[in-house]
Amino acid sequence: MTSKLTLSNRTGWTFALPGLALIVTFIVLPFLFAIGLSLTNQRLLSPNATQFVASENYRQLLGLGVVTLEPERDDAGEVVRDEAGEIQYPRLREITRSEAYPQYRGMREWFRWQSGENVIVVIASDVVFMKALVNTFLFVLVVAPVQGGLALMLALLINQKLRGINIFRTIYFMPVVVSIVVVSLLWRFIYDGQNGLLNSILQGLTFGLFQPVDWLGNPSTALPAVMAMSIWQAVGFHMVIWLAGLQMISPTLYEAAAIEGASKWQTFRYVTWPGLRNTAVLVLVVITMQGFALFAQIDVMTNGGPLDSTQTLVFQAVERGYGKQDISGGSTISVILFAIVLAISLTQRWLTRER
Amino acid sequence: MNLTKHLAGVVIASTCLCVPALAQTKLTMWYHGAGNEVESRTLNQIVSDFNASQSDWAVTIESFPEKSYNDSVAAAALAGNLPDILDVDGPVMPNWAWAGYLQPLPIDESEFADFLPGTKGVWDGKLYSVGLWDAAVALFARQSTLDELGLRTPTLDKPWSREEFMAALDAAKASGKYEFALDLGMNDQAEWYSYAFSPFLQSFGGDIVDRSTYKTAEGALNGEAAQAFGKWWQSLFTGGYAPGTSEDPADQQTGFIDGKFAFQWNGNWRAVATMEAVDDVVFLPAPDFGAGNKIGAGSWQFGVSAKSKHPEGAAEFIKFAAQDKYLAAFSDGIGLIPPTPSAAKMTKNYKDGGPLAVFFDLSKAQALVRPVTPGYVVQAKVFTKALADIANGADVADTLDAAVDEIDADIESNGGYGHR
Repeated sequence: MTSKLTLSNRTGWTFALPGLALIVTFIVLPFLFAIGLSLTNQRLLSPNATQFVASENYRQLLGLGVVTLEPERDDAGEVVRDEAGEIQYPRLREITRSEAYPQYRGMREWFRWQSGENVIVVIASDVVFMKALVNTFLFVLVVAPVQGGLALMLALLINQKLRGINIFRTIYFMPVVVSIVVVSLLWRFIYDGQNGLLNSILQGLTFGLFQPVDWLGNPSTALPAVMAMSIWQAVGFHMVIWLAGLQMISPTLYEAAAIEGASKWQTFRYVTWPGLRNTAVLVLVVITMQGFALFAQIDVMTNGGPLDSTQTLVFQAVERGYGKQDISGGSTISVILFAIVLAISLTQRWLTRER
Repeated sequence: MNLTKHLAGVVIASTCLCVPALAQTKLTMWYHGAGNEVESRTLNQIVSDFNASQSDWAVTIESFPEKSYNDSVAAAALAGNLPDILDVDGPVMPNWAWAGYLQPLPIDESEFADFLPGTKGVWDGKLYSVGLWDAAVALFARQSTLDELGLRTPTLDKPWSREEFMAALDAAKASGKYEFALDLGMNDQAEWYSYAFSPFLQSFGGDIVDRSTYKTAEGALNGEAAQAFGKWWQSLFTGGYAPGTSEDPADQQTGFIDGKFAFQWNGNWRAVATMEAVDDVVFLPAPDFGAGNKIGAGSWQFGVSAKSKHPEGAAEFIKFAAQDKYLAAFSDGIGLIPPTPSAAKMTKNYKDGGPLAVFFDLSKAQALVRPVTPGYVVQAKVFTKALADIANGADVADTLDAAVDEIDADIESNGGYGHR
């Protein structure tokens, strides 16, 4: 028996065909290529023959190890300290380069902590990739709830019958229409450490007490600065989606709530929020995907610096594949990113399923 | 009946159109300077002169924006669509030659005997490309600043030593008149870092890669000289002498002119505009950090693509373009250094006593091309990141060691890049 999907829906399939063909040609096929390339040592340009290397690229990216460093001791067995009293340790490179530990070859320090007299060092084959991984997750963890929440607040504010409300809607939506590259360039000026707009405003508000901060030049403020700017840029887009969701809720429900004497909070909690369920799922999934694809802002504003504090997975994939001509390495990052995003989307769907 | 008439008409029309084209074989050329009017005008002039001067070849140009030029060439090479004549950035040339995009120039090297060394692209003992200009970097300063701070004017024969250079920066900083003593253009993390800053490393006695074998960076990029360089480099930023990587991009264009900096490390392509705005600007040679004073060399050059069916035609064009009058025209148009002394004499800026003549001397005396290896493309990226990290406070020894590891791993995974 032919299923209903294939037979009685022939028109539907015809309509879907052009889009489907484009998606297969430009997204599915390249992605299958990427999986294939990630198992080889393909270079962007090289006269050398491509070889199959199995999981070597993945090992290069994901390899981790833990090393315990014991303090250096002098002949009497005393711990060596420098003038400031800091305990002296051997250099990590003596281990990662020594013949005695072939498994740690080429690895670098990711982070370390003190444990008694010893230090424990976590080493990684690709520290930059690890930092990119952490930064990307941090970015999504902060941006998804904050951007979604702000967008909902804006949507509630502009979902009113006021004179000129369209002006506000336009203003909030404006950054979405402007190219992200232009927005990033502008924010680079706003964040400027010498005489940027942000520093000037903060100094004005505090009557000169505020010390100017080099927002993008400081490892501790660079990523938050990029987050803030990204939230501002795309908040209008999600506001519109929330707004669509809000306007789908039947006014009769609000009238009923009013008759029952519900407070504003109760109306939101028991009428608006349940009505926005599906919208919330959509907004969350879209922000998460956009967050994992963070690239343009980094490329324009920081180049991954300072000190890798704004490295992200997509930026690394491009930098490696094109900048360093290592197309198999770039493909490997893309495949890993795909696996992460797929896992998260499935989890989100499961958590927000209809119960 | 009707159809036959049509066909006949088409055949007649096409033969008529083809007559001039049959005599001249078509050659295609790609150029990186789309959007640059003066450059395009000069190049178009050369092409139309060439096409009119002989009856064998007809060159047509396609221009690309510089930023996407290298990607376009890579894509075209994969698709097998390379043009006959390729424009190539000097340090990238070995990469393309090794990858099989370029063939050696079928021109005798003696034709270019008096060209500046930085304008000749040699790989594996063969000449692959030739440049119609070179570029140079100098320390921009005002004569009035030097006088005020009581500094000796350095010359090519007697450049500043490291101590004199740092004393100059200290004096500029102590005067309190400048936002920063020195501007290095740190925001530009493309080719600028390896072009402008690796000569400092070489002046300390280190290098990006060991040029005797090109098989490793060990000892060159993390040896004693390189460590000393790294510490000095970091001190420029921790000491507050120079703005770091988050610098406003506009400052490299106008910061010196506006008086924000006492000194600026910048290229000769900014010299004309700076001279117009600053009357007493002087272009000082690089300081000598112990192993001689060095600046980078090598700009865009012309080569013949490997797939070209008419290399002799492409060579004809390159020889034609390398005439002194065109070299001078390019130099007058965009302020770049003409490759030959005879062309220099014909230019407004580089003739004896011309305002930029100093750059010609700088280029002749100090210029050192970037490492001549297909691995340079990756090595430049690694070097750039290492310098940015050190400027931002990373541990010098660890950063340089990590850079060496990355460069060595890349050389190994590329089978030594064909160096024997």
